[in-house]
Amino acid sequence: MRELLTGNYAIAEAVRLAKAQLIPAYPITPQTPIYEKLSEMEAQGTLPGIMVRVESEHSAMAMCISASLTGARVFTATSSQGLALMHEMLHYASGNRVPVVMGCVNRVLAVPWSFGSDQTDTLAQRDTGWMQFYCEDNQEAFDTVIQAYKISEIVMLPSMVIIDAFFSSHFIEPMEVPDQVAVDRFLPKAALPERFDIENPTFVSNVVTTGSQFMPFRKRGFDDMENAKTVIKKVDKEFEEHFGRRYGMVEAVQTEDAQLVLVTSGSMTSTARVAVDSLRNKGLKIGLLKIKTFRPFPSGEIKSALQGVAKVAVVDRNISLGNEGIFCQELKSSLYNSDIRPPVYGFIAGLDGLDVSPDTLEGIAMEVMGKDEPNDLPVWIGGS
Amino acid sequence: MENEKVIVDMMRSGHMACPGCGVVIAMRLVLRALGKKTVAVIIPSCSSIIASTYPNTSLKVPAFHGTFESAAPTAAGISYVLKLQGKDDISVVAFAGDGGTFDIGLQALSGTVDRNEHYIYVCLDNEAYMNTGIQASSATPECAWTITTPSGRPFRKKNIMEIMAAHRIPYAATASIGYPQDLMDKVKKARNIQGTKFLHILTPCATGWRMAEGLTVKAAMLSVETRLFPLYEVFDGRRYAITYEPQGFPIDEYLQMQGRYGHLTQDQIANMQTQIEVEWENLRNKVKDCQC
Repeated sequence: MRELLTGNYAIAEAVRLAKAQLIPAYPITPQTPIYEKLSEMEAQGTLPGIMVRVESEHSAMAMCISASLTGARVFTATSSQGLALMHEMLHYASGNRVPVVMGCVNRVLAVPWSFGSDQTDTLAQRDTGWMQFYCEDNQEAFDTVIQAYKISEIVMLPSMVIIDAFFSSHFIEPMEVPDQVAVDRFLPKAALPERFDIENPTFVSNVVTTGSQFMPFRKRGFDDMENAKTVIKKVDKEFEEHFGRRYGMVEAVQTEDAQLVLVTSGSMTSTARVAVDSLRNKGLKIGLLKIKTFRPFPSGEIKSALQGVAKVAVVDRNISLGNEGIFCQELKSSLYNSDIRPPVYGFIAGLDGLDVSPDTLEGIAMEVMGKDEPNDLPVWIGGS
Repeated sequence: MENEKVIVDMMRSGHMACPGCGVVIAMRLVLRALGKKTVAVIIPSCSSIIASTYPNTSLKVPAFHGTFESAAPTAAGISYVLKLQGKDDISVVAFAGDGGTFDIGLQALSGTVDRNEHYIYVCLDNEAYMNTGIQASSATPECAWTITTPSGRPFRKKNIMEIMAAHRIPYAATASIGYPQDLMDKVKKARNIQGTKFLHILTPCATGWRMAEGLTVKAAMLSVETRLFPLYEVFDGRRYAITYEPQGFPIDEYLQMQGRYGHLTQDQIANMQTQIEVEWENLRNKVKDCQC
């Protein structure tokens, strides 16, 4: 059915249709409407699962983990400070190999306190062992929640489905919401291991006492995260067969003949599409690479997309103080050992939801086209 | 038919508790009372080492090791899903130490009690962070020595039972390893009550209390008989009942057997005795007030 939904409501609809059984939730702007919408569904009797109004994000994730280990499909959502508070439990979720799916709405981390979009909150959780999917629009957010359950329940690692504060979370877009029968056909009822079996009691998550005991656990997680790439692609393809839409771990737009490829993630990508069209109309050979999947990092797809490209400009709505934009760092490091090594220009733009317009992105492209080599430090668009 | 007289322990020997450990006695009694149909949550504490070091476990029930401040919501999460699965006959019990309960886990515990989630929370109180090597918690008694309070803790022990009662928790009880039948009766009672149940068990720690290994149970008994740690129940946060009438021994012997109180002056001991009497009177008044 065709509907008009905000990104938050799109995620809530997907959670309902995915039949999440337990949803521990806690409010934080700008994710709160997901919680409110799910509460409304519960009150109306349309939510297949139950909600628990916990007292912190930390407890929300603690409950997600134990509920998942008991055998339930679970969901929670958060942003910014709430995600930071959860940090310990994020490691605990991936370590316990639970297929939790979490909606994350990127919001700037204090200080100063603010509410706009900034990916540093989720990117700071880079090493927690979660898969991370950055969505461009509300349709993609919806579709990715449905996909994420399927992916996570195969890989047995948790997933973050990520959208931008306000640009996606609060903006209404027309989108396609499939019916329950169609979703059930793609994503059957959860069949998770029930780890607490009275007849066959085991201890989940023992204390290990040596590195030789610890390392095999991490290695398995590492291998499975690597194998997740195959699963993500397979599920995406299957999704297309059911619903006619697919996204890829990355999406390359007009990169084949490009002299310069802009690299973006999240909602900025839709703006970049407009900028690239405009630049192409002016006769400039500019392409676009959207990075959707950040963990596992799609090194192979990025290398393929950048083959023969003269220059790359990465626009990051995030910053790692003491280094540079995080997508830029990751992209560079994935290319270093290959023979595809175009100069990579880093830009920091749009922190705290500062508008990144098509003009801003065209300006970035023009600046890079006129340069011979990148600066050591990223170029800030705004900030001084 | 299950014979009540046959003791079936849900813990194995060979666990990693220190000699003279009070915590392990309490865990064994709680699990004996709950029986096979139990899922246990353990958090970082002495009980986590006692329950499991990979690849072994001393528990005969399924168990999960959660994080330090999360015993309560972890147990509640399991309980919700067991109910969804129609396994209502399985009890969920969370074991947490005094640090995990009085300090770092208090917020999460308060949350689950507020929501009255269905499980049993057992606080194994050895009155300090013993697993990390005797650092003071807010359950450490006033004047008691620990490595982080070398001249004695300057604050009084937090009254966790009153905090639970203020939540109007359906059932809260103190229990002692010195009175095993009373302890197990309370666990069985808790198992049959809907909602959150809280058991506060004083578990003397020979290592941290600086006393001989053979004195654990005696220390537990004296804590009760001196009225320092009376055995009582609170129903719905309002109705109080004393389950064992203590003899009212002076506190001296209890203090003298523990090296952690070796530095106390006569004035401090007298003050402690006075406080015990005041608290005991308070408790008796609460029992009287609710006998209506």
